[in-house]
Amino acid sequence: MQPNRSGSEAMTATPSPFAQKLEATLGQRLVSLVERLGETTIEVLPENWLAVARSLRDDPALRFDVIIDVCGVDYLGYGEGEWDTSDVSSEGFSRGVEGAGPGRFRWEDRPRPAAIPRRFAVVVHLLSIEHNQRLRLRAFCTDDDLPVLPSLVEVWPGANWFEREAFDLFGIVFEGHPDLRRILTDYGFVGHAFRKDFPLIGNVEMRYDPDKRRVVYEPVSIEPRVLVPRTLRGDSRYEQANAEREAGK
Amino acid sequence: MEEIRNYTMNFGPQHPAAHGVLRLVLEMDGETVMRADPHVGLLHRGTEKLAESKPFNQSIGYMDRLDYVSMMCNEHAYVRAIEALLGIEVPERAQWIRTMFDEITRILNHLMWLGSNGLDLGAMAVFLYAFREREELMDCYEAVSGARMHAAYYRPGGVYRDLPAQMPKYRESRWHKGDDLKRMNAWREGSMLDYLEQFCADFPAKIDEYEDLLTGNRIWKQRTVDIGIVSPELARAWGMSGPMLRGSGIAWDLRKKQPYAKYAEVDFDIPVGSNGDCYDRYLVRVAEMRESNRIIQQCVKWLRANPGPVIVQNYKVAPPKREEMKDDMEALIHHFKLFSEGYSVPAGEVYAAVEAPKGEFGCYLVSDGANKPFRVKLRAPGFAHLSSMDAVVRGHMLADVVAMIGTYDVVFGEIDR
Repeated sequence: MQPNRSGSEAMTATPSPFAQKLEATLGQRLVSLVERLGETTIEVLPENWLAVARSLRDDPALRFDVIIDVCGVDYLGYGEGEWDTSDVSSEGFSRGVEGAGPGRFRWEDRPRPAAIPRRFAVVVHLLSIEHNQRLRLRAFCTDDDLPVLPSLVEVWPGANWFEREAFDLFGIVFEGHPDLRRILTDYGFVGHAFRKDFPLIGNVEMRYDPDKRRVVYEPVSIEPRVLVPRTLRGDSRYEQANAEREAGK
Repeated sequence: MEEIRNYTMNFGPQHPAAHGVLRLVLEMDGETVMRADPHVGLLHRGTEKLAESKPFNQSIGYMDRLDYVSMMCNEHAYVRAIEALLGIEVPERAQWIRTMFDEITRILNHLMWLGSNGLDLGAMAVFLYAFREREELMDCYEAVSGARMHAAYYRPGGVYRDLPAQMPKYRESRWHKGDDLKRMNAWREGSMLDYLEQFCADFPAKIDEYEDLLTGNRIWKQRTVDIGIVSPELARAWGMSGPMLRGSGIAWDLRKKQPYAKYAEVDFDIPVGSNGDCYDRYLVRVAEMRESNRIIQQCVKWLRANPGPVIVQNYKVAPPKREEMKDDMEALIHHFKLFSEGYSVPAGEVYAAVEAPKGEFGCYLVSDGANKPFRVKLRAPGFAHLSSMDAVVRGHMLADVVAMIGTYDVVFGEIDR
């Protein structure tokens, strides 16, 4: 089963007035529009990213003048559990121990993803103070090896640090960013820490060496350890609710 | 004549006015700041990545440690995100308790800010005054959760336990006895609500004391009036929120505009500044403490009249009662499953924001249907505020940078995450 990443059912039958407004303004540039839990999410293509951002800010009916957040997401391993098992050895089940879920591997054993389509996404949260309205804007990067997206700094100056953070932690390059440096990780840090194939324990550890009289970096000595396996459960309550909604349609 | 060139100066990370671990690289022309480049991340702990490897409930404790002077507001954003995805309804009493503790937290935060900002700008005494009342409110934290700061009190579905019927008292010791002890325990004879009622009756007079020390103080005004002016356009462009936005004259408060918990049912005002300078933001924060005090009084009144459950009775999300667990197999299984595996949250994404004392604190949660979050992104107000540093302090004097750091109300737990 290919999980649906926006976790949403089909669009609600009648789009809200706000959704209609978005559709009228963005037209063909809109890849998808989802309304769920009282929130609106739109997806656009990277080539339309900047143009859409400008229309969202400048259109008098929308006026999204405040950028709340820019967030990178790595969809590697989305919808994969560790609890399922297919074989039994003489020692019993291996389940819940052998998975390569978040935090369970060292750098050498990191999962080498067979290029999954649409791995990196950038999610932007916008707020319109004038209309008291929120919007979530998303674009998937086309290239997984070098995810690139145009920078929003010229539209909202406040995107500056948030984009630096997404670059630092996910390696997403924002084209046209005036100052794309690392922000949260250490000076000279190697790798992008929040990618799903980056180990939770990290690569190196740091200590003060009294002989050399300076701080030294060494390969990490701790073992990866995660106590609770990652489990996906179709909860019967939600299945029931979905079935009822389907039946009611 | 010798040629005078700009020079670069390091401010922090060990400077006492750097509020923790801010390293600020300043390009100076004499005493004037030409460019400011804040280096953050010295306190980066990877909270968001840690949360990905743990069941949902085990990350509540990390939320306290983000903005470690407004603990429960952080928890509130996180549990609200989980509740929205689960689609569970929180009992009314729990929502009132959350409203009350959010406001207690706001006062705690603003007192800390008032004291430390005063200290930064040379007003020593305010710090001592502010910590006197902070201590009294920390006792409330301790009374409900057992911890003075990192409470982990809010849980998905409600709060961990009901308010205590008896406020803990000081015991007699070699140092505290007789009249001294009686005075310390004067408010503590009844329940926690009685204690809070006494506190709220007393607190406005205490705020007057802080204002006596600062509001008309000539030195204080010289350090803050017309310093660090943030225009409404600038505030919006840089994604500011909370007192930073309200100080610039924009009446935006999530508690009013997008109410959560019980804020739609309490009566309070939004204080707004006019010039957007450091002094206005000081006035806004002081006025906010008075409003919080009003909200707490209304919460106390409601909570006193309406007993009831404080957490959902849904054992998939909240643990069953201890007694029940001892003789009911179902309850025991639920308890075991909940504390070993946790609960699975339906796939989807949600953004839940609260009006934290510093501004909009949000939690963007992506779930793929597992018992652990797929991605948690915490939107810290301080991060957005600090990023505007260069735009605001350019052309100011070095001493004004200190005033500006103070007025941002930065806490590195939330900025570095």
